[in-house]
Amino acid sequence: MPEITIREAISQALWEEMERDSRVIILGEEVGLWGGTYAVTRGFYDHFGPERVRDTPIAEGVIVGAANGAAMAGLRPVAELMTINFAFLAMDQIVNGAAKIHYMFGGQFRVPVVIRAVGGGGRQLGATHSQTPDAVFAHFPGLKVVAPGTPHDAKGLLKAAIRTDDPVMFIEHATLYQAKGEVPEGDYVEPIGVAKVQRQGSDVTLITYSKMLQLSMLAAEQLAAEGVQAEIIDLRSLRPLDMGPAVASVKKTNRAVVVEEGWRSFGVGAEVASRLSEEAFDYLDAPVKRVAQEEVPLPYNRELEQQALPQVDDILKAVREVL
Amino acid sequence: MATVIKMPKLGFDMAEGLLVRWVKGVGDSVQKGEVLAEIETDKATIEVESEAGGIVHKHLVPEHTSVPVGAPIAVIGEPGEQVDATELVGQVPGRAAVAKPAATSTEKVAAVVSAGDGDGHLPGGVRASPVARRLAAEGGINLRDLAGSGPQGRIVKRDVQARLGAAGTAVAQRVFETERVPLSKLRATIGRRMTASKQQVPHFYVSADLDAGPLMALRRDLNSRLPEDSKFSVNDFLVKAAALALREFPNLNSALEGDQIVRHGEINIGVAVALEEGLLTVVLRGADRTPLRQLSSELRELVGRARAGRVRPADIEGSTFTVSNLGMFQVDHFLAIINPPEAAILAVGSVREEPVVQAGAIVPGTRLQVTLSADHRVTDGAEAARWLQVFRSYTEAPVHLLV
Repeated sequence: MPEITIREAISQALWEEMERDSRVIILGEEVGLWGGTYAVTRGFYDHFGPERVRDTPIAEGVIVGAANGAAMAGLRPVAELMTINFAFLAMDQIVNGAAKIHYMFGGQFRVPVVIRAVGGGGRQLGATHSQTPDAVFAHFPGLKVVAPGTPHDAKGLLKAAIRTDDPVMFIEHATLYQAKGEVPEGDYVEPIGVAKVQRQGSDVTLITYSKMLQLSMLAAEQLAAEGVQAEIIDLRSLRPLDMGPAVASVKKTNRAVVVEEGWRSFGVGAEVASRLSEEAFDYLDAPVKRVAQEEVPLPYNRELEQQALPQVDDILKAVREVL
Repeated sequence: MATVIKMPKLGFDMAEGLLVRWVKGVGDSVQKGEVLAEIETDKATIEVESEAGGIVHKHLVPEHTSVPVGAPIAVIGEPGEQVDATELVGQVPGRAAVAKPAATSTEKVAAVVSAGDGDGHLPGGVRASPVARRLAAEGGINLRDLAGSGPQGRIVKRDVQARLGAAGTAVAQRVFETERVPLSKLRATIGRRMTASKQQVPHFYVSADLDAGPLMALRRDLNSRLPEDSKFSVNDFLVKAAALALREFPNLNSALEGDQIVRHGEINIGVAVALEEGLLTVVLRGADRTPLRQLSSELRELVGRARAGRVRPADIEGSTFTVSNLGMFQVDHFLAIINPPEAAILAVGSVREEPVVQAGAIVPGTRLQVTLSADHRVTDGAEAARWLQVFRSYTEAPVHLLV
């Protein structure tokens, strides 16, 4: 199986879906002539043409609004938001539009739109361009929220997102584009709303997703050297949230740490910990711990930024607290 | 009019009770005298009866909560009645007890303080993880018997597993190793009370060797006419004989309180019952006035409930004199420690076949040794000996116990 980057995996998924289905179009800032801010759509403009790969004004409300309309009219648009921080400008189109239309029109319209949004901190982009607000979007019924942590899942889940009739926030992590992993050649789909055991273990369960999956894997290797076997559950999708593998794992390990990049309060960890207390209460041997970002706007200063973001050491510390 | 049910005082030294289970749920109707909840005290699990009839409006404490004596635990009201529990509970005089449990010993105060977490209460009075609680419940382990190795002394899975594993391998491999077993609540209570009794009560002992022949003959005769489940035990006769003898010696049916001897108006005989967890005393009220057959069936029920761990408050409270019988263990005789605040206790050995000298000839005899332990502050040897004479007259002519 070839090893490719997440960037290539996403690019392959888009390319193959556009070849497979002529209703699939791409729109966003600099996705066409320039080939995408993160070079995901390089070569698409020349191959698929300006009708299907459209550069837009710098106006996120317009990007998502136009995508919603196109989706209602029968296309399957993939809108790219340069960063998820700009999705706040399109909040009304995402929350009151995409997430509600199918419901409020009694099922007469579907909005099969994919909003690719790039999130995450760690690149010294300052407080307003470095956020990880995944939980915000996962809050709204009507949206699907997907955030892959491996090239394999990035390709399979993006294909699923394009093929589903529901609006999907597809959240990519800005520092993961170069992450490599094995990806099967050709067409395959990973189901949305199914969590995955990324590493088997018996002593503690790490529940995570996206960039924090990579950090959790590193932490698990260090723990293994100390004789502690961590099991890693990759949520992959925040809505729908599949707690099955996490609950099954906690019934085995009796201990859980939730690792997310976003802020602790009202976050993914809060939701997962709450679900564990509801669904695996009698199996817990320690309080569920959360590893998350410090509760400050993310600093620009490199040292401070790294201190505020969750690190491998933070995961190790939390694990030791529950063992 | 709604009634607030409070944690009853089920023993003279009880400071708190662990509410183990609500028998009546919120919304259930309850008759006065019906069992409302189960409470674990130092001694046993006890069924608490409702003081009022009506509908259970509110449980004021969850299950597995330690509650000081006198603190409100539930509100009973009329069907359809609007009940303001807060207002009601605010009026309860015992409310102050919630903040400051009236404890009788420093040990108890410590227990209450460590069991609570600030103003809150830990479930069951112990800090334990959910999985530890589940495993302990499944394995029949009392969490109070375990020491926690987790943060803040939390009992975690490995602590329960260690105990479960220890129990399992000890039996399987018959390896005898030194082990440290924490005192159960009942053992600690027995220890505290017996130590106090031995230290503070000047015991003296008077023994007698009785002719049990007539009693055994009468019992054989009676039992031959009775169904299996209602046959008399030797103890039934001895309890009755002791109760009748006490009528003539109120000093031995008394309690010392300060500079006064309280001679009880009732003769309530405590009967010691050996349980796996320790000794428990069930109480036959008015035993002197109770016909033998009724006394026998009451005692059978009391012992049955004690062995099942389901005694009621009245079952174990208010005894004025105790009979402790080790006859079933081929014991010749033994000396019992007085069960405070009582003044005396009778220790009963086994009925034995042995040679007896009668009118200058050796004949086969059926004998029984008893020893009375008495509080020298209340009575003297001569009185105890006279009591034994009367006791002997009843047991050696047992037909008197039937009339």
